[in-house]
Amino acid sequence: MKVLAAMSGGVDSAVAAARAVAAGHDVTGVHLALSPSPASFREGARGCCSLEDSRDARRAADVLGIPFYVWDVAERFGRDVVDDFVAEYAAGRTPNPCVRCNERIKFSAVLDRAVALGFDTVCTGHYARLVDGRLHRAIDPGKDQSYVLGVLRPDQLERAMFPLGDSRKDDVRAEAAGLGLGVAAKPDSHDICFIPHGDTRDWLRERLGEQPGDIVDTSGAVVGAHDGAYAFTVGQRRGLGLSVPAPGGAPRYVLGISPVSRTITVGALDELDVSELVATNPVWCGPMPALPFTGSAQLRAHGEVHACTADVVDGDLMVTFADQPRGIAPGQTVVLYDDDMVVGSATISSTR
Amino acid sequence: MAYLDHAATTPMLPEAAEAMAALLTQPGNASSLHAAGRRARRVVEESRETIAAALGARPSEVIFTSGGTESDNLAIKGLFWARHRSDPRRRRLLLSAVEHHAVLDSALWLTEHDAATITWLPVDEGGRLTPEALRAAIDENPDDVAMVSVMWANNEVGTVQPIEALARVAHDYGVPIHTDAVQAVGQLPVDFAASGVDAMTATGHKFGGPLGAGVLLLGRDVGCTPVLHGGGQERDVRSGTLDVAAIAGLAVAAEVAVKEQPARADRVRALRDDLVAGVQVSVPDALFNGVPVADAAGRLPGNAHFSFPGCEGDALLMLLDARGIECSTGSACSAGVARPSHVLLAMGHDEERARGSLRFSLGHTSTATDVDALISAIVPTVERARSAATALR
Ligand SMILES: Cc1ncc(COP(=O)(O)O)c(C=O)c1O
Repeated sequence: MKVLAAMSGGVDSAVAAARAVAAGHDVTGVHLALSPSPASFREGARGCCSLEDSRDARRAADVLGIPFYVWDVAERFGRDVVDDFVAEYAAGRTPNPCVRCNERIKFSAVLDRAVALGFDTVCTGHYARLVDGRLHRAIDPGKDQSYVLGVLRPDQLERAMFPLGDSRKDDVRAEAAGLGLGVAAKPDSHDICFIPHGDTRDWLRERLGEQPGDIVDTSGAVVGAHDGAYAFTVGQRRGLGLSVPAPGGAPRYVLGISPVSRTITVGALDELDVSELVATNPVWCGPMPALPFTGSAQLRAHGEVHACTADVVDGDLMVTFADQPRGIAPGQTVVLYDDDMVVGSATISSTR
Repeated sequence: MAYLDHAATTPMLPEAAEAMAALLTQPGNASSLHAAGRRARRVVEESRETIAAALGARPSEVIFTSGGTESDNLAIKGLFWARHRSDPRRRRLLLSAVEHHAVLDSALWLTEHDAATITWLPVDEGGRLTPEALRAAIDENPDDVAMVSVMWANNEVGTVQPIEALARVAHDYGVPIHTDAVQAVGQLPVDFAASGVDAMTATGHKFGGPLGAGVLLLGRDVGCTPVLHGGGQERDVRSGTLDVAAIAGLAVAAEVAVKEQPARADRVRALRDDLVAGVQVSVPDALFNGVPVADAAGRLPGNAHFSFPGCEGDALLMLLDARGIECSTGSACSAGVARPSHVLLAMGHDEERARGSLRFSLGHTSTATDVDALISAIVPTVERARSAATALR
């Protein structure tokens, strides 16, 4: 097969490409340039779009003896991921940009271009497994990334290759060292790649400006002030800077965000409990399951798994929980699992 | 393999490689006073004379450098500093809008870190600058001009500039002029003295010499403040222990390239014309960039440059590479990401046309087989690239 290996400059995608080569495929490496003006140096362990990462990816491709190119996806990424991220926060929601990137960039724009250029598959370093065309969790629970891939349709999964799903991270690092890949000891990237300093609040403030408003409790009494509702996320406890203490001094959490009135509502921990959610634009990673579906749901990357039942009502996904998951923010992605198999996903619009 | 990227670098001539290899294991610092040093110095000075003869300069005008980038940096910064120091009103750099980044970024650096300002000299659709445009730019204020720099021939679209006429205009005002002749040497007749320029850049690896070795030809009376400080080996304008073997290779290459230039240019031009005709027949909507091939003196003999409407240059390059055909996109690479070439934009083309362009450059090892390989690959390549073009938008 002709395989396009997306190489971020990290150890995972390098080993994924190496495995595709070892499996006898005709592999071409591509680094996706996501930023219109890449920073010259990696800042700590954060970020995945610096020049240094591009060089690391190139070096790994050279070691593997495969052609390597940089694809400029900055325009699409800016529009479909970064702008969307800002707009979602501005609307009081909490988006997951990695989910959007997989949905709209890696397995859409990049996959489409790859297919048009004659490639059969796009290979990435995600920890997830494809079993008979169905997406499953990776065997390393600490690294499992099936959640951020839960937005892929069967036709996208059919052209995806995830060679790392059967491995543990330590083994991947050891394999990289054995292959002579310099990235073997490179720290993992985390946080959001386009916010290199890692301070999302600050980054949003630069783009959205100050938008001061009130912080109120559930009775409507003003208990504090803020300078931008976008800096908050449902379930957040730290950094509220409340001027009026709660009765009894119990900690308070963000319960809701109303960007129009610029109001943040705070309350006690148990008020974050959710028993039901509604999510829009469901995507099925395989055939649509029999409804109502009984299985489990994951609500954020590396988050807990909750037993649930799900149904589709008027095109929206309704999920009902047996336990009471806490602090679920609109904008997050709910991913449904049947044991280890990913069934589908949708974007949370409201909770009860 | 069809190597159609001689403008990026051209294979070393066997004669030059031999000359170099013979010297690589010989000891000798050309600045040392003992016998080994004298032997090394003799090689350096004979090479200097050879290069001077090949390029129409005096031996004392030859300054050895590490290549085109260093020579351009030295010419722009060195001439600017010397002129500005002797009269602080002189701050204006006059540059053609199609210069190589080694010139362009040196000049931009001077605007950011020094007193320089830049006047961009416009080019026409073929990429050519007229002496009148230079005169008009100087006339804006002849007293504040520090220097002029216009490349002899463009590395992307191969346009040859009227250097002698430009030098005359500059000298009408007593302004020094530098030319980056990196792409011209070996492809065109190049005579430093006859051209009238004050400083000229050349680099070995574009005419069959080694990488990392070049010259700045610098008129004896032209003030030039050093960029590299140290032992003052080269007329106190450039410091650093000379690379004796590379200099010997450079001299052999210069001699051979210049001697064979007329015959080689005819051969390469014929191949290039076949390539252009073949591409135009195969892809009728391909747009040829730069001066028409019919204007034989106006364009480098080995250069062909096309835009393929509806295609991305990087996709074309990748698909051709997979078929063993090596060329360049017409865009400058910044951070590994293709940006529309400033050269094509300066010629009045839009980003679309700049993005979808490829440069094919032929040289001394090119054959009809290389050209045929491209012609037979271009149709499926363009079709495929076209179908992929909108995916990333
Ligand atoms: C016109 C021009 N100037 C300068 C250079 C830089 O020369 P070098 O590679 O020797 O530094 C090049 C080659 O890339 C060139 O084409």
